[in-house]
Amino acid sequence: MRHSDVNEWGRSEKMRTLARALYDPMYRNWFRVEWDGLEKIPQGGALLVANHAGAIPSDAPAIMHGIETELNRPVYGLADNFFRKVPVVGTYWNRLGGLPAHPDNAYRLLREQDQLVLVFPEGTKGPAKTYAERYKLRRFGRGGFVEIAMRAGVPVIPIALVGAEESMPIMVRLPSVAKAFGLPYVPVTANMLLAGPLGAVAYFPAKFKIKVLDPVHFDVPPDLERYSRSKIMDESEAIRDTIQAALYEMLRNRRSVWFG
Amino acid sequence: MVRVSKNTRTVPTAADKPRSHGRRVLVTGLGTFWGGRVAQALEADPDVETIVGLDVFEPTVELERTEYVRVDANYSILSRIVRATQVDTIIHTFLVVDPTMMSTRSMHEINVIGTMNLFAAASAPNSTVRDVIVKSSTMVYGSAPEDPTWFTEDSPRSRRATQPIERSLAAVEGYVHDFAEDNPHVNVALLRFSNVVGAEIETPLTRLLQHPLVPSLAGFDPRFQFVHERDVVRALLFAFDAHLAGIYNVAGDEQIPWSEVTHICGRRNIPFPPFGTQLLSAPLRRIGVVDLPEEYESLLKYGRGVDNSKFKNIGFEYQYSSAEAIEEFIESIRLRRTIGAHRPAYRYERDVEQFFRHSPAVLRDRPLAEDLQVDETSTATE
Repeated sequence: MRHSDVNEWGRSEKMRTLARALYDPMYRNWFRVEWDGLEKIPQGGALLVANHAGAIPSDAPAIMHGIETELNRPVYGLADNFFRKVPVVGTYWNRLGGLPAHPDNAYRLLREQDQLVLVFPEGTKGPAKTYAERYKLRRFGRGGFVEIAMRAGVPVIPIALVGAEESMPIMVRLPSVAKAFGLPYVPVTANMLLAGPLGAVAYFPAKFKIKVLDPVHFDVPPDLERYSRSKIMDESEAIRDTIQAALYEMLRNRRSVWFG
Repeated sequence: MVRVSKNTRTVPTAADKPRSHGRRVLVTGLGTFWGGRVAQALEADPDVETIVGLDVFEPTVELERTEYVRVDANYSILSRIVRATQVDTIIHTFLVVDPTMMSTRSMHEINVIGTMNLFAAASAPNSTVRDVIVKSSTMVYGSAPEDPTWFTEDSPRSRRATQPIERSLAAVEGYVHDFAEDNPHVNVALLRFSNVVGAEIETPLTRLLQHPLVPSLAGFDPRFQFVHERDVVRALLFAFDAHLAGIYNVAGDEQIPWSEVTHICGRRNIPFPPFGTQLLSAPLRRIGVVDLPEEYESLLKYGRGVDNSKFKNIGFEYQYSSAEAIEEFIESIRLRRTIGAHRPAYRYERDVEQFFRHSPAVLRDRPLAEDLQVDETSTATE
């Protein structure tokens, strides 16, 4: 009946498998990703919340790949709908499990389908920060992710990731160019300075360490019309602090950017 | 977004049918595909006493007992008709959703002014109207990169409507909303249909899919949702039988990528530039090669998905999913290409129709003959 395996979210398991096969050598040999606390990810739906870094963020594929290969569960990544406007990129991004970050999408996946959803509450402000500001978390939006988790009745799983900042560090940003082209930001990365245009796609082999922190449950009933704004902001701030503390802890124990 | 009625009474009960006499129905847009098919199906329903059909154009399908009234596009004599016929149900199918069909001005007359007059007539003092069913379109949700993957009935649009057709549909839904609010005793059902395909309906999309090379926008492969024309008629009749009130999305299950739609049709895509598309497609339209309306550009980039669960939850069963609808559509196109149109073209002859309906020579009280043409669409009432 169907002629393709593109599911209701635009994700194709065939494409995903192909992408995993292509990405796996990079995951294992380039970034040498190391997980800690993967067992903390619960069986049902959960909202994964991580820090976001690297001019072209290398953290989302690593987290999605790791969970999908280790736990054998799909992960849906929510991202700025800017992706959707870009030809080719937008389509592949969608086929590989990317979705526009719309609250309705997150709610449906979490509440009705018990899926894992990955969000970066820093939004584009995370990857846009320069190397000098590395591992300093930006504002977590307006706490929308907490509200979605509350409404869907699922826990938030904070994730701290070290290594993405160094894989493609931003030296300077070019705000006027970004404005002219309608892009969220235009970076000049160290990779570009060293490798020229190729640097736009080549990551440095920084060692990736990913730490899953304790799930955060909210003691509020799901499906309420509205949740207390102050509670949302408090929870959001607490989760941000947890991730920030975990990052500092991981950096304290890191002997080398390249070898961990 | 429009919210039609607070009393979302949905499942019909025995108490909902107190009338001893049959229902008296007014169908707008009798000359359109939908109006004609709905009237045909209603004729087969013994509970329906009278069917009055309005349109600017003559009916295109053969009708047994429907009374056709020719009106102007904006139904200015409507209140007289409603008063004179004492109809209790209005099925409003005459909404233009195909931007290529006519000028913006005529579309505005039909959609906005027509609906306005219709509701003015229906809400006149001592009006007998108790059920109103409006056939709207999921076009009211628009199509933008900010959209959710699934629109529910109360999702707002992401961006303001800019296309005239979308603006007129928004205005229509505004009238529906106001009417429902002012007349709480009337069941107002607003059905929003996604892109319709089928053997007989012709839309910009069905035309595109019949090209040997189907246009797409390079680098985009949006997901589409389709509803089969039979399901559309069945949905309207379901709303009619159930005295439905509220807003409902009507669309087949699943969303399928445009490339797959093309593939099911056994065609190939020809990519158009995703930016400045009209620079290429405008001359092509001029020479009549391919018509890629501006309204469909954002749809071919971002698609549109609607949640059909609300309508399913009240008991409607779809015969076709999105993929099945496309499959059925292309199969009937293939069949027609080989054997030609299987139904002879019908032409409305006023005198003949008047004779059959009103001449004393015609024996009308005899039980309906077995050979009465019952269309497959009349099986909607399960």
